[in-house]
Amino acid sequence: MLQINNIEVVYSDVILVLRGISLAVPEKRIVSLLGANGAGKSTTLKAISGLLRTQQGEVTRGSIEWDGERIDGRSPDEIVQMGIVQVLEGRRLFEHLTVEENLRTGAVFRRTSDAELRRDLDEVYGYFPRLAEFRRRTAGYLSGGEQQMVVIGRALMAKPKLMLMDEPSLGLAPLLVQSIFEVIGRINEESGVSILLVEQNANVALRSASHAYVMETGRIVLDGPAEQLAENADIKEFYLGMTQVGGRKSYRDVKHYKRRKRWLG
Amino acid sequence: MNWSLVPQQFVTGILNGGTIGLIALGIVLIYKSSEVFNFAHGHLVMFGAFLTWWFTGGGAEPGAGFIDLPLWGAVVAALIVSMGLGLVIERFALRPMTGQPLLAIMLMTLGLAQLFEGTTAILFGVELKSNFPAPFSPSDVLVIPFPGAFGDAIRLKYTLVATFVVATLAAVVFIWFFNSTKTGLAMRATAEDHEVARSVGIKVRRVFGLSWGIAGVIATLGGVLLATVSGVSLNLSTVALIAFPAILLGGLESLGGALLGGFAIGLVQALVQASRLIEVRNSSEIAPYLLLLVVLLIRPEGLFGQKRIERI
Repeated sequence: MLQINNIEVVYSDVILVLRGISLAVPEKRIVSLLGANGAGKSTTLKAISGLLRTQQGEVTRGSIEWDGERIDGRSPDEIVQMGIVQVLEGRRLFEHLTVEENLRTGAVFRRTSDAELRRDLDEVYGYFPRLAEFRRRTAGYLSGGEQQMVVIGRALMAKPKLMLMDEPSLGLAPLLVQSIFEVIGRINEESGVSILLVEQNANVALRSASHAYVMETGRIVLDGPAEQLAENADIKEFYLGMTQVGGRKSYRDVKHYKRRKRWLG
Repeated sequence: MNWSLVPQQFVTGILNGGTIGLIALGIVLIYKSSEVFNFAHGHLVMFGAFLTWWFTGGGAEPGAGFIDLPLWGAVVAALIVSMGLGLVIERFALRPMTGQPLLAIMLMTLGLAQLFEGTTAILFGVELKSNFPAPFSPSDVLVIPFPGAFGDAIRLKYTLVATFVVATLAAVVFIWFFNSTKTGLAMRATAEDHEVARSVGIKVRRVFGLSWGIAGVIATLGGVLLATVSGVSLNLSTVALIAFPAILLGGLESLGGALLGGFAIGLVQALVQASRLIEVRNSSEIAPYLLLLVVLLIRPEGLFGQKRIERI
């Protein structure tokens, strides 16, 4: 179980990006983190995975605990070793390596026998049959959806207990988004991996998660079980793009930035 | 063209190319893993040759009871020292520069080059060391009958053949390591994207250290091979400069390309000497660069360099 207690993150010693975030990812659950651009979602993930430090970011207050052990301040490779792996935003793969080589990089840090490696690869190909066809292809030439599969598969090769996924739906066609999220659900169920999911696509994020947090400018402004949030009037309006149908619109409804303000508190 | 000289020069060129390719490999390795063009590599080559010479007892008075290893022992000792040297350079010169602009880091390697030049001169003296132990005497010549060639045979010095075999073998072993082992995969992944490599749990710093360690080893091996052919002197670093066109020819990111580039450069250098025109014969120093110029005009990324994959 991952527990984040009131962390603050500062970039370059001056830019305060997270202003006291607390959240929890229970074992074998999917938790979503929603929010607009610049809310600090990716920063939260990088604080967990330890990648923050390479970007001159630092957790200055609070703590991040994984199964009761503090992990803030640890190096990224130690954190991967402990079973937390981040899937970076924007389908970042090793473009000039083949698909299978990309997948194998995910297991480089582990001591695996050839047979084990084979089995793990087959497991990934089980989730993404299309990758098996393309195993010898140069990854850079795959389509966007296939690249997203490679990146998720690569993370799976680390045999993680918790996957941090940064916008897996980014720039993908709706149908592809659906199938990617189906697989994410299966990974969660079949392999028992907990998932912390950062998304802008609130619709799909709320559908697959059990719990969700809403972030805005470095704070968590709302959280609750995903079904409840999906019914929340503010969420509906600002994230799901729904308004009451039929009802007369008053000027106050149109000016939603005013209502948003009370979240900034 | 003096055609009767061509077969001889062709073979000599290829054999010389092996060493050039090996030296080029070291530069490509560092470039691939960290995008730093290591201008100090030639000096590592030179320093490695001096080290080996020193370990054979070359610097001592005869019978002074100084370190006096046989050639193979000296080579092994020098390889170990240069591996350590590579690690030290990475740890204390390059790692503190992490995050600095690439240009600054390259200037650092230029500084290192000067440091090596000076240190070598102080430690070992500036004069040519002609007592580098040669595994073969100059009169050991392999004669291959070849009708039509000058004297109806190709004559190859054993030394040259041996350097070729060692260089090619080392290069092949290294390329295999890079392409087929787990550590090699980690190095290739790191070469592509440091952040992603970190995110999958690869110890990126260790990979950098390893790259420099291996580069040190490759450089010293290249230095020894150059030294067996042309003796040990400070000039070796300049001789090793010929690896630059080899790399650019083969493509900065391609290990195989560096090796083939080495062969091509060796070949061109040797072949121009088969010309009847004195002007062409004397151009063996510039000929590689002319070839480079032509190739780069047609293929700016080099023969086997990576085309940036850009999805549009």
